[in-house]
Amino acid sequence: MISVYLRRRLINAVHLTFSVLAMLFGLFWLSWILLTLLGNGLSGITLTLFTEMTPPPGNEGGLLNAIAGSVMMVMLATFIGTPIGILAGTYLAEFGHSDWLAAATRFVNDILLSAPSIVIGLFVYTVYVLKVGNFSGWAGVFALALIVIPVVVRTTEDMLRLIPDSLREAAAALGAPRWKVITLVTWRAAEMGIVTGVLLAIARISGETAPLLFTALNNQFWSLDMEQPMANLPVVIFQFAMSPYESWQQLAWSGALLITLTVLGLNIAARIFTRKQGDIN
Amino acid sequence: MQRMNSKVTTHELDFFYGKYHALRSISLALMEKKITAFIGPSGCGKSTLLRTFNRMYQLYPNQEARGKILIDGENILDHKQDLNLLRAKVGMVFQKPTPFPMSIFDNVAFGVKLYESLNRCELSERVEWALQKAALWDEVKDKLQQSAISLSGGQQQRLCIARTIAVKPEVVLLDEPTSALDPISTARIEDLIFKLKEDYTIAIVTHNMQQAARVSDYTAYMYLGEMIEFDDTDTIFTKPKQKATEDYITGKFG
Repeated sequence: MISVYLRRRLINAVHLTFSVLAMLFGLFWLSWILLTLLGNGLSGITLTLFTEMTPPPGNEGGLLNAIAGSVMMVMLATFIGTPIGILAGTYLAEFGHSDWLAAATRFVNDILLSAPSIVIGLFVYTVYVLKVGNFSGWAGVFALALIVIPVVVRTTEDMLRLIPDSLREAAAALGAPRWKVITLVTWRAAEMGIVTGVLLAIARISGETAPLLFTALNNQFWSLDMEQPMANLPVVIFQFAMSPYESWQQLAWSGALLITLTVLGLNIAARIFTRKQGDIN
Repeated sequence: MQRMNSKVTTHELDFFYGKYHALRSISLALMEKKITAFIGPSGCGKSTLLRTFNRMYQLYPNQEARGKILIDGENILDHKQDLNLLRAKVGMVFQKPTPFPMSIFDNVAFGVKLYESLNRCELSERVEWALQKAALWDEVKDKLQQSAISLSGGQQQRLCIARTIAVKPEVVLLDEPTSALDPISTARIEDLIFKLKEDYTIAIVTHNMQQAARVSDYTAYMYLGEMIEFDDTDTIFTKPKQKATEDYITGKFG
């Protein structure tokens, strides 16, 4: 008896040690990345970063046009991708329990969810940029929206499936037609979870570089014209970090820090919403 | 059993979950403004039977009822029957309280708004009326705008009853309405059910035989999808005709 118990305790201690070591290993790299980013980027976070345009090589400047371009494209992509994603996710969770269309949609969505984003960039380049003839903000928006959709579809479906059928039955038992059951009761019950999914999608596209390289490209100047190439943080970081100019490299560090802080903030917000959803379920 | 006004009658009702034959040729009558209790061991089909009266089963594929269910003489299994109107007329309260994620007021107003266009004032009156009927008004009158999820389990169940009667149904189905509640909440809900009889025809499924004996006028004993015995509650509990019913009631079986 005793030896069985001691052996179990020993195995437990060994496993616990390895688990903690694995966690520390992961955290070590993460904190190294964050510290390097803070060390190099923090000094560049000044007012000029938010008020001046990206400079020509060797000159001082800011990231205003890139920040504005990123905000525009991320917002528009979210506005386009979210309704489509929520509607498709609702179809999967509420209507397509077992039909072949739902199974096919779910399968394709999972592929889209894990597709390399450069493929999505190339796709939009082929079907849109080549047809229109130039790189543009809209092309960037479409590429980002294509990344938003599968994320929102998945989280919406998952969150709606967590809502117990008893709630749907209760609403139906009052004589509510199906669309009212969904819009007034099920969606509301899953609200926080769905918002979390949207926030995570925004976090995901905030840092995407590959799909923008082939679509929005970049723009040295201030421009909010969606028909024209558009500046954006990820591509500016990519370009400036590879350059030999010190002022550009500094801006790349600061831009990287900005994106990281934004994504961090979005993730924290998502966690808060998830907790609220937990209180409801 | 004497024939009074029957509100709901079933004729040779069969029910299938896919291929599984869950109800076998059930014929019975629910008397108007009386309480009929359904008892029997788990899986005997009593909840299934209850869910045919408002065709709740139809939310799910592969579930099918055959035969006839007449409510006020109309066969509700007919394809022409509008499901939502049927459910507005035949209300249902479930085993677990199911408050909607909205305020107490909106919970009660939800069903009312589906079928009536009342002004703000009339709607408030209706909500108060329903909460009074469900004996919940005094506890929630100062916090109608609070989330219904903040209420206790017993209060949530009374809210669900208020929500059901706010629609002014004619029949109320209760599917083990107290099985998730403590004895005090259970007692309050039983009182409430007894009072509701004045206005509604009530069918209640229960695992608690004392509950059936306390609140109901008629009791049906079911076993393996068949109606074994259906009679006055007094008769069922004091001198049942079937040996099987007696065994179940006295606890020899089940």
